[in-house]
Formats: sequence, C-alpha cells, structure tokens
Amino acid sequence: MPINYYIFLSLALFCIGVAGVLTRRNAIIIFMCVELMLNAVNLLLVAFSKMHQHALGAGNPNAGIDGQIFVFFIMVVAAAEVSVGLAIIVMMYRNTHSTDVNFLNRLKH
Amino acid sequence: MRRHKAEEYVRRVIVTENKKKQINYTAQMGITQILFWVLSIMALISAILVVVSKNPVHSVLWLIVVFMAISGHYILMNAQFLAIVNLIVYAGAIMVLFLFVFMLMNLNADTEPQKNIWAKIAGVVAAGSLLLVFVAALKHADMKNQLAEMNKGDIGLIHNLGMALFQDYVVPFEISSVLFLSAMVGVVVIGKKD
Repeated sequence: MPINYYIFLSLALFCIGVAGVLTRRNAIIIFMCVELMLNAVNLLLVAFSKMHQHALGAGNPNAGIDGQIFVFFIMVVAAAEVSVGLAIIVMMYRNTHSTDVNFLNRLKH
Repeated sequence: MRRHKAEEYVRRVIVTENKKKQINYTAQMGITQILFWVLSIMALISAILVVVSKNPVHSVLWLIVVFMAISGHYILMNAQFLAIVNLIVYAGAIMVLFLFVFMLMNLNADTEPQKNIWAKIAGVVAAGSLLLVFVAALKHADMKNQLAEMNKGDIGLIHNLGMALFQDYVVPFEISSVLFLSAMVGVVVIGKKD
C-alpha cells in the first residue's frame, strides 16, 4: 500500500480530533478527541516503520522496529495521562457540578 | 562513451519496469486493498460521529469503533502485538475508565450548554485550514515509490519487539514504570476527598 494513503488517513483523523477539541465544551469529549489525535499519530508511526522495513529490510532485518517501540511507549504515556486527566475532571465536577470547560477559564471556582 | 549509453539504457529500462510494477500494484484490487479502504472509511466516519454525537456515551462507543478500525490497520501491516495492545489498553481499559466516569457523573445530553454557533464554525474552519495546509505541503512530496509493507515482515511480532524492548530500550522501560508509579500517586492525591 503506498505510504501517502496512510499519511492522508492519519492527517484526516488528526484534523477531526483538532475540530473536536475546538468545537466541544465537555471536558471529557475534549479528552477523547486528544486520544483520537494520539491514535492518528500512532497509526502513522506504524506505517512509517513498515515503510522503513520495506526499504531497508534486506540489509537489516530489524529496520523500522524503533517506530513500533515508540508506539508502545506512547500507549504507556497515554494510559498514565488518561488516569491523571480523569482524576482532574472528577475533581472539577465535584467542585462545579459540571464538566464545562468554560467554568475553568479563571482557574478557580 | 558507448558503455555510458548502455548504462543509461539499462537504467531507463529499470525505471520503466518499476513504473509498470507500480501501475500493476495500484491496479490490482486485492483483499488487502479492500480491507484497507473499508477500515479507513470506518475509522473516518466513526471519528466524525465521535465529534458530533450529542450523547457522551455514544461518543465513547464510536471511539471504540475507531480503535477497532485502527487495530485492523495494525493487523493489515502485520504489527500484531500493537494491534492486541491497542485493543486491550485503549478499547479495553481506557474506554471503560471513560464510561465509568460518565456513569459516575450522570451526565445527560442536555447538560452541555449550547455554545455560540460562530465559535463552532470557527473551530471547524480552523481544523479544515490545518488539514488544507498539511495536504498542500505533502501532496507533492516525493513518496511515490515508498510502500508500506503489508501482510509480511516480522518486526511486529512479539518476539522481535520484546528483544528490542529489553535490549535497546531497557532504560525507557524502567523509567515508564516510575512514570506509572507517579501517576498513581498523583491520582490518589488529586482524587482524595479533602
């Protein structure tokens, strides 16, 4: 599969995530759109890793394996980030009884 | 001089052969291509539905569909370990965490106040402009002969990934355990009722 199909698919997913972050007000939906952007980048990293393996795989059988390791670490960091972010959102809901991000624009309740 | 010309001729023949291969490659519509297009369209439509759904629980369910489609892409590229980890960690753990939070908060569709319509239009226009800039920058990039290898290659198997992870990337692996520990402590400190 040519690599530019994967590039444009990932770009479309990333920009849908950006549109969600800019248009929605619910903090959890914004968070989910950030996850969508992370997954678009992951997909592109895996596609590039397979591209490098296709180009350099004859000389080096492990060519391109770094991209997949990076995707693994991105998943690790995303899991930690989701736990902390959801804790912050739950605390915000406890204070304001809403998850609207406009309540946070002064960083106090 | 003659030898130079012969070399030139050989190079031209190779180039035309490569072009023929490329054309054959794009012309044939194998099962891999069909699966690629089906998964791509599924991912894009579900991603749009994540953004436009009024009910947040529906958004979560559509996001799970997006993750399934991306896992299907990973399997198509023979990155089987990442496909399974994506399903288990994202669709299994993180999305269940989101659903738990939604159910704890008891949010309904009408609790989200309607924002100014112009702000929404401005957000969509900004994201569309970003997409336009990216596409315009990458449209003429020279990547016609770069193929992502499908269905073969074994760097995505768990044996090779594990060898690379525990030989070359041991230190980041250990640091990520420290990151998890600090995230756990942070969550407890933030979520504590004071």
